[in-house]
Amino acid sequence: MTGSTTSIIEMIDIAKSYGHVRALQGVSLSVSAGKVTCVLGDNGAGKSSLIKIMAGLNQADSGVMKINGVETRFESPRDALRVGIATVYQDLAVVDLMETWRNFFLGSEIRRSIPLLRPLDIAAMRRITSEELAKLGIHLDSVDHPLGTLSGGQRQSVAIARAVYFGAKVLILDEPTAALGVKQSGIVLKYVARARDSGVAVVFITHNPHHAFLIGDHFAVLSLGRMSLSARRDEITVDRLISEMAGGAELETLAHELARDTLPAPA
Amino acid sequence: MELNSGRPVTAARSPDRGGLRRLVGRILLRRELSALVAAVVIFMLFFTIAEPFRSWAAMATILYQSATIGLMAVSVALLMIGGEFDLSSGVAVVTAAMVTSILTVTLGLPLIVGLLVSLCASIGIGMFNGWLVTRTGIPSFLITLSALFMLFGANLGITKLATSAVSTPNVVNVPGFDVIRTIFAFRLQLGGVGGPQFSILILWWLVFVVVATYVLLRTRIGNWILASGGNAASARAVGVPTKRVKIGLFGFIGFSAWFYAMHQLSGYNTVQAGSGYGNEFLYIIAAVVGGNALTGGAGSAIGSAIGALIYGMTVQGIVYAGWDPNWFRFFLGLMLLFAVLLNINVKRMSEKA
Repeated sequence: MTGSTTSIIEMIDIAKSYGHVRALQGVSLSVSAGKVTCVLGDNGAGKSSLIKIMAGLNQADSGVMKINGVETRFESPRDALRVGIATVYQDLAVVDLMETWRNFFLGSEIRRSIPLLRPLDIAAMRRITSEELAKLGIHLDSVDHPLGTLSGGQRQSVAIARAVYFGAKVLILDEPTAALGVKQSGIVLKYVARARDSGVAVVFITHNPHHAFLIGDHFAVLSLGRMSLSARRDEITVDRLISEMAGGAELETLAHELARDTLPAPA
Repeated sequence: MELNSGRPVTAARSPDRGGLRRLVGRILLRRELSALVAAVVIFMLFFTIAEPFRSWAAMATILYQSATIGLMAVSVALLMIGGEFDLSSGVAVVTAAMVTSILTVTLGLPLIVGLLVSLCASIGIGMFNGWLVTRTGIPSFLITLSALFMLFGANLGITKLATSAVSTPNVVNVPGFDVIRTIFAFRLQLGGVGGPQFSILILWWLVFVVVATYVLLRTRIGNWILASGGNAASARAVGVPTKRVKIGLFGFIGFSAWFYAMHQLSGYNTVQAGSGYGNEFLYIIAAVVGGNALTGGAGSAIGSAIGALIYGMTVQGIVYAGWDPNWFRFFLGLMLLFAVLLNINVKRMSEKA
């Protein structure tokens, strides 16, 4: 078996435009089980556009997306969830006003088998939420608090725990550490590693090359909708990644232009 | 680390949050509670100053007044929790009554046909509003404001075409209508002639509140309603069909409007085609005074019932106290202002917590 046949998601030559804005052009990416694929890029580089296609929120204008080798087109997030692709968004992950257990099971509620009524099995959902969070090392004094009362890292972790519990084969994490402090980021990265070790394919979206390099197996850098770098971990160093992130060749040009000795001397 | 086996969770991890503050926050978050306190205060006020307020007959009247607002306020509250808003709910009641009476009286169709068609039309109008809102992304305020004026105009226009008058055809002679009257407008007379009369509408109101509360807190649909109003984008991302949820909530407004229309038609045999206008605000006020957030995601059917009770006690209490009834609207506005200010404080507190 070659490397490409173990890919869960394979995106080939994807393009997407919003009106006149070309968000993505010729982007190819492959995502494998038990690996962390990092997608890096500046704001507006096309990271969000790419994951929205994988998550079923948007559709590509052209290009091919293969899921387990079969060409697929998602019409809604439900289609993506059905094949095991779960997305944890930085802002959209949760409903802050709702209790932690309701958030954990939102969209996949456990119901009792009483005909017609089919009421929620609240006891089971509360117990499982507690247990699953404890597995990730998150201990809450109650799963009945509105999720908005938890810390940022805890909320991200609840969302990750939820996706893993519901059998996600692919976990797309949209900037999970962007809004977090150093310590909270560390907590989230640890959960990402645990998810990877359990065989989940992780797509890690970030603009922080340090966080990416701590955990990534493959790195893709997007720049203005195009892929400017695609490399395995053994092909790259953190310095190269930082330089690519900062704009690569563009940065060199800029450095050259800004170099003091090339500036004309003031008259 | 488990501290004991009784509770599977350990102490709070956030050192910056005091347990007491959290407790106070949780109590304040139950917004119905402040509405309930207000209801008790208003009850005691009128009980003390207005002698006629202290009779069973007055209680029956107050409960009836509350039910006339409360029945619709349940569906209005659910829709608000789901993050949307309906200004056409007042005139939709008249539309349902008009369709029923024109079909059965003017066109002479069997009662069952009139009932089914008006029920479908009522739910259909609600769902069409919901479809437009979810389809276009235009705020429900604007879509349902259009619906309010279209229905208001159509109610008068169609009624005038059918009867050359401004009240709907009288249904008193429609065969079988006495059954409808028993179901929707039965009055329970207690203690002989002159004793208090309790309308069956009070019972139906209670049924609506209980069922809506159960659905909201104990079923998957309820979970989806809370999520659709709390954060529709998140809910959609985890697979909640938020558009269908919202369309369904608009449909429930239509069903409630039909239900209340049947009560009005049963009670008075005819409905003024130009009425209903303005009642949508009373429903919304009842819901908001009862702690439902206009921004969605939080609230309860019980809250809307407390809000409706406050309405009923105030509207009757002012009469019983012998005050100028014109002050009633001022008072209602004041209550709304208090409720809205309180909600803002609660929201700030829960965000800080």
